[in-house]
Amino acid sequence: METTESESVRSRRVGDTAVIYAGDYLNKLSGERVERECKRQLESGCRALVISFRDTELVNSIGVSILMGVIDAAQQSGARLIFSDVDDHTANLFEMLGLTRHVTVVTDEEEALASLAPQTRVTEPRAVATGS
Amino acid sequence: METNTQRLLHTFAALADLGQEIADNADFEEMLRASFHLLLGSLAIRRGAVAEYDRERGQLRIVAMRGLTESGQTELPLAHDHARRLASMGSALSFEDATNEAERFLDDHKVFFGSVEIELLVPLVVRERLIGVVLLGEKASGEKFGGDNLEIICSLARHIAVGIHSHHLLEEVERKADENRRLYDGLRTIYKETVHAFAAAIDIKDRYTNGHSVRVGKYSEIIAREMGWNDEEVEGITIAGYLHDIGKLIVDLSVINSPERFNAKESKEMSRHPAAGYEILARINHPYAEIPLMARYHHERIDGNGYPDGLKGDQIPPGAKIVTVADSFDAMTTDRPYRKRLPLADVFVDFRENTGTQFAPEVICAFCRAFLREIEGTSKEKRLMKLLGRNYKNVEVVGPLLSQLISDLDGGAMAATATTH
Repeated sequence: METTESESVRSRRVGDTAVIYAGDYLNKLSGERVERECKRQLESGCRALVISFRDTELVNSIGVSILMGVIDAAQQSGARLIFSDVDDHTANLFEMLGLTRHVTVVTDEEEALASLAPQTRVTEPRAVATGS
Repeated sequence: METNTQRLLHTFAALADLGQEIADNADFEEMLRASFHLLLGSLAIRRGAVAEYDRERGQLRIVAMRGLTESGQTELPLAHDHARRLASMGSALSFEDATNEAERFLDDHKVFFGSVEIELLVPLVVRERLIGVVLLGEKASGEKFGGDNLEIICSLARHIAVGIHSHHLLEEVERKADENRRLYDGLRTIYKETVHAFAAAIDIKDRYTNGHSVRVGKYSEIIAREMGWNDEEVEGITIAGYLHDIGKLIVDLSVINSPERFNAKESKEMSRHPAAGYEILARINHPYAEIPLMARYHHERIDGNGYPDGLKGDQIPPGAKIVTVADSFDAMTTDRPYRKRLPLADVFVDFRENTGTQFAPEVICAFCRAFLREIEGTSKEKRLMKLLGRNYKNVEVVGPLLSQLISDLDGGAMAATATTH
């Protein structure tokens, strides 16, 4: 089903890994979309999730809470979770709140995929937009 | 940015977002879920729940939860005395240095929590009453909740408590409003039934005019609607029609039921009924304020020769002018002990002759329009025909008379006559 950008969260699948792109402001609305997409990917057999914050300028408290929900979901599925492209401000926030104890934070998506290399076989290199 | 400053900013932003959620979110459960996320996210708390307290059922209903239980249970019993004690505690209860209340809460719900560690229980209290509770597990940082954390949590919890309380108040107001609406509808029904009963009582007293009050009410309704009155006004004039002769209740029975035309003494006795009707009706607080006046003035005439007050033209309330026409029409189209009903053509000739002197032109015109529509079949309902009953056949013969009367009245010829009196 075709979806508009505002109603979807962008993601792509790289082997057993899903890369999910958080929007510019991770709040209730966009956070719930990210959470739904992460859960959908885990249910479809993903063994690792990379959440890219390359477009993200702000994460509010609801966003933090939702990310903790994603951490729980990944842990329960036995999947790895990596945050990439986190700007300094958000990185400090994650550090201060203790999220970094439960998730690996790397510089960029490339580093994230490289760190997951043994698990990552590039079978679907195309970018897809998925409905919320 | 210094960590403490960033922590403060993050907390303030959570507080601001919470205020906005509570103020703007019309969906109560969604508001609570968002508030719960804001509370967890402000300090990165990994698990918890927010529940509202149902005093009547003595239980907590979990509205939002994360990571506390897999049981699917959403209702936790909470005895009234326990709720009272929780309300009296007021602040966050730590399970670290467990208070009796916190311990008792955990003991009561062992099955629900299982092996999950709860660190804080925050009673949501407004005006010393328990509104709900917030349960919180560990922070993502693994640190214990410090004094400043408790301040933040209690501050956010107070906002959530006020949000729940406001919602309950709003529900109560809506419930009361519904109840009042039902009571009001019930009272209106009783009022209308009482009016009908009075109309029946009036008509029973006068054995020659059986059903007169009800018919006058219905004719008045038809005329008022034709004149463009709104629903509420039409309902008022209908009731005025039903009650216009209520003053006859004080008139001697032998006068009312006299088989002959009234003599002077009887006429005088009979002419008391409009003012008497006013006296009776003025004591009642009607939903339609002018009903007593319509009863008082339904024997007034445009030319000032009516009674009881001899009002002229626009001194007579519009409703009374309508009732006058309806009353006269019914009087002329029903048998009386001293004369038979008039042929319909004669009735409209009488109207024509007395418009501007006895009757208001705009009322006669409206009545004729409504009648003509029924005759010509452009009106779905045949209410006037039904009210006239089987006694009148071939009513269409008055069609040309009605058309001419309407034309004259619309042309203003007769209206001009009316204003000269």
